[in-house]
Amino acid sequence: MIEQVLDEVSTVTDTAVADIVACDDLAALDAVVSRHRSKKSGLGAIKSRLGSLDQVDDRKRAGAAVNEAYTRIEQAVEERRAILADAAINAVIAAEAMDLTEYRRPSTRGHLHLVTQAWERLEDVFVGLGFTVAEGPEVETDWHNFEALNMSEGHPARGEFDTLFVDHVPPGGTPGATLLRTHTSPVQIRTMLTSEPPIYVIAPGRVFRRDTPDATHMPVFHQIEGLVIDRGISMADLAGTIEAFTKEFFGAGFTSRLRPSYFPFTEPSAEFDIRRPDGSWLELGGCGMVHPEVLRAGGIDPEEWSGFAFGFGIDRMAVMRHQVGDIRDMYSNDIRFIEQF
Amino acid sequence: MKIVLSWLNEFGPFANPADVDAVARVADDLTSLGLAVESVDQVDVPVDGVVAAVVRRLERHPDAAKVQRVWVDAGDGAERHVWCGADNMAVGDIVALATLGTRMPDGRSIERRGILGIDSEGMLCSAVELGLGDDHSGIMIGPVDATLGASWWNVLGRQRDVVFDLDLTRNRPDCWSHLGVARDLAAHRSQPMVMPMGAPVREGDPVHVPVDIEAGDRCGRFTATVIDNVVVGPSAPWMQARLAAAGMRSINNVVDVSNYVMLEMGQPNHAYDLDTLAGGGFRVRPARDGETLVTLDEVERSCTQDDLLICDAADVPVGLAGVMGGLDSEISASTTRVVVEAAWFTPGGVMATAARHGLRSEASARFERGVDPTAGRTSSKRFAELLAETCPDLVVHAGEADVTGTSMPDIGQSVEVRGAVIDRVLGRHVPRDQVLQILAPIGFEPTAQADTDVVVQVPPWRPDCTSEIDIVEEVARHIGYDNLGRRVPRPSTGGGLSTVQQRRRELRRLLIGAGVSEAMPNPFVDPGAMARVGLDGPVVSIVNPLVSEESVLRTSLRAGLLSAIAFNESHRRDGVALFEIGHIYPPAQAELPDEREVLCVLLAGRDAAAAVQLWDEIAAALGVGAMIDQRAATPGLHPGRSAALRAGRSEVGVIGEVDPRVLQRMDVSERVAIVEIDLTEVLAREPKPAAHRAVSRMPSSDLDLAFVVADSTPAADLAKALRSAAGPLAVSIELFDTFRGDSLGDGVRSLAFRLRLQAADRSLTDDDVSSVRAACVSAAESMGATLRG
Repeated sequence: MIEQVLDEVSTVTDTAVADIVACDDLAALDAVVSRHRSKKSGLGAIKSRLGSLDQVDDRKRAGAAVNEAYTRIEQAVEERRAILADAAINAVIAAEAMDLTEYRRPSTRGHLHLVTQAWERLEDVFVGLGFTVAEGPEVETDWHNFEALNMSEGHPARGEFDTLFVDHVPPGGTPGATLLRTHTSPVQIRTMLTSEPPIYVIAPGRVFRRDTPDATHMPVFHQIEGLVIDRGISMADLAGTIEAFTKEFFGAGFTSRLRPSYFPFTEPSAEFDIRRPDGSWLELGGCGMVHPEVLRAGGIDPEEWSGFAFGFGIDRMAVMRHQVGDIRDMYSNDIRFIEQF
Repeated sequence: MKIVLSWLNEFGPFANPADVDAVARVADDLTSLGLAVESVDQVDVPVDGVVAAVVRRLERHPDAAKVQRVWVDAGDGAERHVWCGADNMAVGDIVALATLGTRMPDGRSIERRGILGIDSEGMLCSAVELGLGDDHSGIMIGPVDATLGASWWNVLGRQRDVVFDLDLTRNRPDCWSHLGVARDLAAHRSQPMVMPMGAPVREGDPVHVPVDIEAGDRCGRFTATVIDNVVVGPSAPWMQARLAAAGMRSINNVVDVSNYVMLEMGQPNHAYDLDTLAGGGFRVRPARDGETLVTLDEVERSCTQDDLLICDAADVPVGLAGVMGGLDSEISASTTRVVVEAAWFTPGGVMATAARHGLRSEASARFERGVDPTAGRTSSKRFAELLAETCPDLVVHAGEADVTGTSMPDIGQSVEVRGAVIDRVLGRHVPRDQVLQILAPIGFEPTAQADTDVVVQVPPWRPDCTSEIDIVEEVARHIGYDNLGRRVPRPSTGGGLSTVQQRRRELRRLLIGAGVSEAMPNPFVDPGAMARVGLDGPVVSIVNPLVSEESVLRTSLRAGLLSAIAFNESHRRDGVALFEIGHIYPPAQAELPDEREVLCVLLAGRDAAAAVQLWDEIAAALGVGAMIDQRAATPGLHPGRSAALRAGRSEVGVIGEVDPRVLQRMDVSERVAIVEIDLTEVLAREPKPAAHRAVSRMPSSDLDLAFVVADSTPAADLAKALRSAAGPLAVSIELFDTFRGDSLGDGVRSLAFRLRLQAADRSLTDDDVSSVRAACVSAAESMGATLRG
């Protein structure tokens, strides 16, 4: 009798498990589960018949077998449910696949002018060295642009600047004394006149020369000027600052040198060259110790304070960094040029 | 300035021209002294295998019209046959023969090549082929006494040499001579300086040359020396070689010596034929307006009274002082008596005359920069010495003229140099003895000394040195800039960008994030440009523009940017968005024009709505509150689609669209949205930091209200009225829909607002919402708006 019951349990269980495993989706599984859990199901029916077994031992064995069968079925259900849930989400995921390269579009981001990019990089390097940034007007007085920089009227060096003059005449002033600044150096004078030393400033800005445009010259271009005035500033400070700038801006493999030159507004004066890692030299700009006459023009006592100044072109930095062959391209305002950088 | 190494070596050996390393060291030394070496060129480099040969026979071949057959003898007795394209040689001429196997300077090698089956056993060479000049018109002909088979360079008296091309600065007039360069280099190398000297010259009886300086304010000194028994002829080969290396053509021995002395001593000088010089003397006077003189270059020069003339004693001009001699008193083949003039003229005067006549000569270049006013007599002496080499009977007459004018510079000016100043400028201690050791060899002799300070006398060839700092620079130069050490000064205050600079950067970043790219149009525009973009008004003009299209300083950035839009459209790039941050220069009654920094953004293909949106982003980023005032006139912009931006009393910019008529004139076919902001106003106005307001935890409620309102009533006015009516419960108000349609009628539109209402401390009641609603409706009605159904 008991053997027959046990066989029946085993058969019913095998059938249930086979049904569960055969389910293709969660709904079907749910249907199978409710069918097997009902009292009319195979196991339910067997369970209700257990009381008819005579022997206590037989009842116990049969009860245990039924419970074991329930556990087995529940296990099968959970396993099947997990498999089907995975399959369901996997199907959704598979259906959602996208070719992301279909969605590539040209960038709509705008672009900064190359000169601005170089300008800001230069500012950042000098700000890191403790400098602030000074600005001044582009239309200047002859006094700020020349006279105060130790180039009084008739100074031969004035002729080298190819100055553009404008027809502005200040009230009570004389014609011919207003011009487009030929260099950023008048900002030195304005800074000295409006602030007290110590002074550590750079002055990037737009400058103007009466030059016919060609591949390396524009009548409107940009320079950056540096001015340091403090107690005990010497040529060693100048050389050290130029070297620090060189390494920061160009990279660790670059070095600098100063060689004697002449500018009316500095003395001693120097050109500074940059040595590239391949050993070649690049003439970068001019520098020197601020001339005592220039300090005086700026209201600073040259016996108490000393300083240095330097200057070089910004456009050239941009042109070199991006291998622009003709500087005029930078000013073409051609979007096909602008959006390259 | 071209410096010839063999010439420099006359002042003390500096380098063997064949020693490449030694030559490089000279170049480095010169550069480190501030005499920048632009280029180093080898000249007169002998080519192995090119020898002197004599022409034995010449013959034409019937089948080769353009070449002839030449038989030459190169000293070994054998006749060699060469084909030759030139025909400037005759039998007996000495010619340059490149023998078989010779490697020419241009790299090709001479091989047994022939024509018509007849081989050529070498090649006859022109000067240019041998690097011996620029003459390529024919075969080089050598001196008749040449040794056959000898190196062509030996035959010509040429030796391998090196030319340094120096880029000299304005403060070194002394280095416009071999003497000056040698002085600096010898001092730098602590080697003695040797003055080149020729054999003594016979001195003759005194011959007085009367000199009358009428314009002493321009002629500071004038010396004149008479030299006799001159035989005009070619100068010595070595001199021709050096002059050629220095870039000067050989004329004859007298002119060559004159040039040689100038290049050696730095003293321009001129030799006149005394027999053609009327009255045998000179008068230095200002020219008369319109007076003419034919200069050596055979150009007639019309002078003004600002020019200075050298005249003969009969007042006939014989030279444009300091610039160029006259043609009529030129040395000729028959000249036997020469008067050598060496003078000093004011730099400014010579510069003006040279500029006026567009005539920059070797002489004027030197006078402009400043010649040693004491060098006249030594230069004349050197002149005689050198000329005596080719004129063995030459006699220098005593009694040379030496007359000064009022402009003669002070000689022997003293300058005090303090040791403390040297130490401060150089950043290291330089003992007084070292200072003296540096200065003496370059001519700065001490006249007094204290413990650390010295007083030095400035040599006459250094007119640029007038103050202490000039002397300090000499000390620095000779110690060497590389030897001064390096130190990075650290300011006690931190570096950084100003508020304006930081905000300018933020603005740029915002703009590129919004898809706008930066342009940099020319700030110079043509005189009609501002009117074309609808802006008139006064402008500042350039007095000396390069071209009239760039003769006016812009008063608006629009013209340049619109041109850029048009340019890009014409290159099939529509919809370009550009901005510029740049200066405008409206005139002002002040020391300078009213220069201002402005932002202009142009969005091609976009309408005014895009401009408003962009402005809102900018305003939010920069913390600028400004009213959009559409009642104000905005010249150059679309009359119905533009507004002024008003912050308080000031107008900070305009937004909208560019006037379609302006676009037509600028050849722009798309509509163009514009945002233009006066950054001089805006960037400096840093907003106060926002104060925190507590975020309410209470529930909020939205109230949607749509009103039908006249087109002439700005939405912003209605919004403002609603906000004020809604009171403190309104935390936000947003215009979320605009509708126009036949159902509403003409001249009106529906504006739908959503108000979010919230109290800080309690939940809202129905009464709260309905009283806000009533207040809003009533406020709107008072503006002529009606609640939409």
